[in-house]
Amino acid sequence: MNRFGLLISPFAALLLAPLLGGMINRTKAFFAGRRGQPLLQVYYDLWRLWRKESVYSRTTSCLFRIAPALIFGLTLAATLFVPFWPLTAPIGFSGDLIVLLYLLGLARFFLILTALDTGSAFEGMGASREAFFSALAEPVVLLCLLNIVRAHHADSLMTALAAPALTDSITLVLTTLPLFLILLAENARIPFDDPNTHLELTMIHEVMILDHSGRGLALLEYAAAIKLWIFSLILGRIILPVSATQPILRTIVLLLLIGLVAIIVGIIESVTARVRLLKIPQLLLGAGVLAALGFFISVTHVLIR
Amino acid sequence: MLILLLLYVIFMVVVAGLSSGFGSHSFIRRLPPPFITLSSLLVSIVLLLTFNRLDSHSIWEPFQWQLPFARLQVGIDPLSGFFLFPLLVLILSSATYGLSYLRGHDAGRLHWFYFSLLTGGMVVVLIARNALLFILAWEIMALASFLLVITDQQKPAAIQAGWIYFVTTHIGLAFLLALFFLLGQISGGLDFAGWSGVTFTTRQANWLFILALTAFGLKAGFIPFHIWLPLAHPAAPSHVSALMSGIMIKMGIYGLLRVCLIIQPFQTWWGVLLIVLGGISGILGVLFAIGQHDLKRLLAYHSVENIGIILIGLGLGMIGITHGQPTIAVLGFAGGLLHIANHALFKALLFMGAGAVIRQTGSAAIDRLGGLIKFMPRTALLFGVGSAAICGLPFFNGFISELFIYAAGLAGATGSGTQLTLICLAAILMLALIGGLAVACFTKVFGIVFLGEPRQPLDPVPSEAPSGMRYAMTLLALLCLAIGLAGPLIMPILSKPVRFLTGPLPLLPLYSITRIVGLILGGLLGCFLMVAGLYRLIRRRPPIPAQTVTWDCGYSQPAPTMQYTASSFAAPITDHYRLPLQTHIACQKDSQLFPDQPWQFHSLVEDWFLSRIYAPLINTFDRIFASLRWFQSGKTGRYVLYIAVTLIVLIIWKFF
Repeated sequence: MNRFGLLISPFAALLLAPLLGGMINRTKAFFAGRRGQPLLQVYYDLWRLWRKESVYSRTTSCLFRIAPALIFGLTLAATLFVPFWPLTAPIGFSGDLIVLLYLLGLARFFLILTALDTGSAFEGMGASREAFFSALAEPVVLLCLLNIVRAHHADSLMTALAAPALTDSITLVLTTLPLFLILLAENARIPFDDPNTHLELTMIHEVMILDHSGRGLALLEYAAAIKLWIFSLILGRIILPVSATQPILRTIVLLLLIGLVAIIVGIIESVTARVRLLKIPQLLLGAGVLAALGFFISVTHVLIR
Repeated sequence: MLILLLLYVIFMVVVAGLSSGFGSHSFIRRLPPPFITLSSLLVSIVLLLTFNRLDSHSIWEPFQWQLPFARLQVGIDPLSGFFLFPLLVLILSSATYGLSYLRGHDAGRLHWFYFSLLTGGMVVVLIARNALLFILAWEIMALASFLLVITDQQKPAAIQAGWIYFVTTHIGLAFLLALFFLLGQISGGLDFAGWSGVTFTTRQANWLFILALTAFGLKAGFIPFHIWLPLAHPAAPSHVSALMSGIMIKMGIYGLLRVCLIIQPFQTWWGVLLIVLGGISGILGVLFAIGQHDLKRLLAYHSVENIGIILIGLGLGMIGITHGQPTIAVLGFAGGLLHIANHALFKALLFMGAGAVIRQTGSAAIDRLGGLIKFMPRTALLFGVGSAAICGLPFFNGFISELFIYAAGLAGATGSGTQLTLICLAAILMLALIGGLAVACFTKVFGIVFLGEPRQPLDPVPSEAPSGMRYAMTLLALLCLAIGLAGPLIMPILSKPVRFLTGPLPLLPLYSITRIVGLILGGLLGCFLMVAGLYRLIRRRPPIPAQTVTWDCGYSQPAPTMQYTASSFAAPITDHYRLPLQTHIACQKDSQLFPDQPWQFHSLVEDWFLSRIYAPLINTFDRIFASLRWFQSGKTGRYVLYIAVTLIVLIIWKFF
């Protein structure tokens, strides 16, 4: 059952991930007083892109054509480490969070390279920013995930995610808040990056995929949606309050929580502005400080006990 | 095995020496590399087969030596045996590579002789069991590599790099002599076997550790002892850089481990110091690397970084032992040791790739290159494998060793005990930052050098690297992939030295992680290949994709000079870290609204360790000793006088 359940998570991600984008867009539309796109618009877009013809720049090499598939595959593979359905940990082992982060890291490696493959200054700029900010985010993500593992006295991320939610509110806040900031940073969301603007000078993620078209673009957009799904799922599983004895109810609540994460992202995008690029390192550092605080509190807790 | 190794060294040196000495015909001059390759292959196969039966205590003395204290004692234990593997693989691949690389290039008659001295010296360093023999081999290794660094004698930079290397390595030798002298004085002998039995007081052990760290650190090249690396590696021919950066600097780590084993038990502060030094070397090394514009110099700074990662692993291992945490100890040492072998493989691969680029384009300046994937697709693929491996990305070997170190740190950081938790946390956070920055650095290198368009016209148009060079690189790339995917297969080789370092601790965590990660990564790769195959089968004949210029936001005439450069790619990082990097920025502006002169902007990341710390230090010494220079007048009469005075003083001292 457990092993079988492991295979559910990629399918759940494939099926539900684009929905998050739709929910964010609807939330933003609501705040702007518009009716907004249909909830399933992202699915329509992906389908439309998939059927479209691709146009490649003459500057690009074969890497540019293969990389979208690789990025998509690696991101999908990463979903295995954040199980959706099984309530216990199917393949948890110490260091699974490293495999998760590094699979995403390899996907990013290819993304940066495809951006540089076009030889365009815009995409090079985006690639440079992505490389820098993700290098800064790396320790913070690690620290956040480590906090979760530590708070549950687990030895792997999967066991920690399978455990019931923390009752200790301080630790809970200090694990979820930085993780949420990291979710915004890693998924190119306001206040780190603006997924909507077409002013390339200010963008990070969108500018890197400027030259992709057709199926390549569809795969990259899909991969981005799945990445958002992975982070939302981690957040949802941390705060999931229902006990493991009620699997159906638990799954429904989990889905609602993931939806809530998307709505909060939408609200933040509606009410805040993007920070200046130069301030992004400070924002990431802020998230890191919060996570470090959580870590120190948990260490001293052990001491007091 | 020992007989075979000694014969291997002797034959290699003799063949190379004879062919350089008597090789009037070019055929004979080209004889040593195939010989070295074949014999290394043979020895490594025998080593692989006999590795499980290595006896850690047997010491062999072929004959008595007529030197005081020196004995020709050699032995091979799991630690030496483990270091021999990457050494042999690198020797055989760099000899194959070097044969093609030097074609049409005069490296001097004695090149292969020096090469075989260097490699033979390293083998003897690993199997020496007597201090004098060790020092002798160590010195041969240092001198041979110095002579190889200055192969390009026309370049003043090569000579200067050679001198700085020469001086540093001999400062290291001075510390090494002091270390062995102290050890010999405490234990009353110069045989390693005699040293292991002695119990040292904590105070003695601490001093010996400091000495060993300095002596071997100058060879290993972690910060602050790294200054010779970024100078010497770019100056040497590429196959020599591969050998030096891949394995010669690891001899420092080997020596440090050997001495630490002798002066056991480990102290906690040794481990902490190693982690701190490793973290500093790792982060500063990769930051300096990001700021470099010379391909080989950049790679040299990455050696500093990877030595840092190795030190973090070994430091965690030591702390695990002193805190009685078997998981941390086993995983830390396993990660550190495996990273030694892994770094040897991918760094040699990268240096060889860089050599191919330099040989085919005539330029090592990253900002001039671009788009080489179109001219040298195979070299590009191999360099790409090396880049992914050095970033520690999955499916390649760097990932496995970094995963062990991470797992050791995670085990500590999720455990109890404030001190241990915080140290382990610091270790893995530094490792994460290093990993992220390494990705930034190698996307820069690969992206700028191999992708896009050439930034300056390449003349002549580069062709693919010769096949000999490609074979050598392919071997290394395949090994990188094999270790990355088939982790469980290397366990028999890795577990023995780990057990040698940790003592009888359970290796279960190591085995379980390796097995499950191997399964997952292998499964994923299988799935990818299957999906790719299926896609190829079922897709209809694709229409020929439309081709156009890069979109560039609608600008229809992009030029190669408009591309992002390596400097601009690195600018956010070098700006953000300008404090530790001391980035020089010079900007010439015109105050007018419509400037007549073009503005100029220049930024430079210079190694301030050399210019701000070592150069003033050396200048001070120079001034102090300058006052003694009158003593060396160069006149024969004066020297005869000195001898006479010394003699008289000695006679007086003896008789009165």
